[in-house]
Amino acid sequence: MNRNFKLGIDRIKCDGHALCAELLPELISLDDWGYPIITGDPIPAYLMPHAQRAVEGCPVLALTMLRAERQRAGGR
Amino acid sequence: MNPPRLLAGRNLSAGPESFAEHTARLGQLLSRGPELIETLVHSGLSGRGGAAFPVGHKWRAAVARFKGSGIVVVNGAEGEPRSKKDSLLMATRPHLVLDGAVLAAQALQAREIVLYVGEEHQAARIAMERAVAERSEGERRLMRMTSAPARYVAGESSAAVHLVTSGVALPTTTPAAPALVQNVETLAHVALIARFGQDSATVLVTVAGGVTHPGVLEMETSATVGSAVTLAGGVIEPARAILLGGYFGTWMGVDDAWGLPLDPAALRERGLSLGCGVIGVQPRSRCAVCETAGILRYLARESSAQCGPCFFGLRALADACSRIAGSGTNADDLHRLERWAVEVRGRGACKHPDGAVMFLQSALRTFAPEFAHHAAHDSRRTA
Repeated sequence: MNRNFKLGIDRIKCDGHALCAELLPELISLDDWGYPIITGDPIPAYLMPHAQRAVEGCPVLALTMLRAERQRAGGR
Repeated sequence: MNPPRLLAGRNLSAGPESFAEHTARLGQLLSRGPELIETLVHSGLSGRGGAAFPVGHKWRAAVARFKGSGIVVVNGAEGEPRSKKDSLLMATRPHLVLDGAVLAAQALQAREIVLYVGEEHQAARIAMERAVAERSEGERRLMRMTSAPARYVAGESSAAVHLVTSGVALPTTTPAAPALVQNVETLAHVALIARFGQDSATVLVTVAGGVTHPGVLEMETSATVGSAVTLAGGVIEPARAILLGGYFGTWMGVDDAWGLPLDPAALRERGLSLGCGVIGVQPRSRCAVCETAGILRYLARESSAQCGPCFFGLRALADACSRIAGSGTNADDLHRLERWAVEVRGRGACKHPDGAVMFLQSALRTFAPEFAHHAAHDSRRTA
């Protein structure tokens, strides 16, 4: 079983609260309008607890963790 | 037997072809099942709405999702301002489109066919409504017509499904029902392939801008961009660039674009696309920076304002581009355009921001000298 995970964002739900970038600056930066920028890279094991906390902390549940090999339709 | 062209038959100015004429010309449509999907795969037909996705593969994937409860959405929204080919096809050969829709519903065992026609395309809507009334009762019962709002994103496939199922023409990340969204020209090609076993190998293009006779042409896919421009009466003055594919398309230098084939597969191999088939000719006397700023402003306004990077990003990009157009080149805004174009890409629920920034990036490439040395002038005059 593949244990690699990556971050995903529901862009319609995301309102730019920016908590995720506070909780996980290693993987999430903000653009000039306060919306998160993520890479499609797998989350390193040592950051998994922080990533979990960022996912749980999103006020609108827009941040998710996805299996890294699975491609979501309709962009990141 | 070679298949006829899409627009073969009576004169296009004589209005829509009736069902009687259509069947007299092409013969009855024989009922087909899922085996048609393999024929489509072999034909190599790709979607003509803009994304050029291989049709056979799309249907194959749809079969698995449908399980008898899917819908076929016939996409005639044609929200692209410069494109005229979908509305022309619906207004003149509506039964070819309906044949394709019926074949899709048969192959995928869909429960409904929704005809999604742009509300601004009056002649097309009337022709399609009349055509539906001429079909058999069984087919009529499957079909329903709905208007696509006159907005750029309304033709985006998830927005189309959203409107058809929930009454809201906005892109979504959570589709309500399994659906196959297929452009009207694509379905017309399907109708020919089902009858003749092969495609007409033609493509509908709209030649727009600085040509003598702007309008829709049916071109062989082996023909070139330049031959379409020539057939449209040629340029009215020397052209500066060609916009291939409309507002989600690519600006190219005339020499680079002229010899390109109008073949979706061949273009894909070069990393290019005919998009929705618009060939826009930019005359040399028009300011390319102002033109780009105007189109970017339009695309920013057409954001459905659901995703932050698209809503704020495209607006900021349009502002920066308008500043260069209105007040002259400045290095800061040029850098912002380049940086934001990269950042915004891929960060919307639909491809609207991607299309807009790829359009901008091609403008920055093609019109690099103009962007680097743009003098201040009033953008409202030309854009």
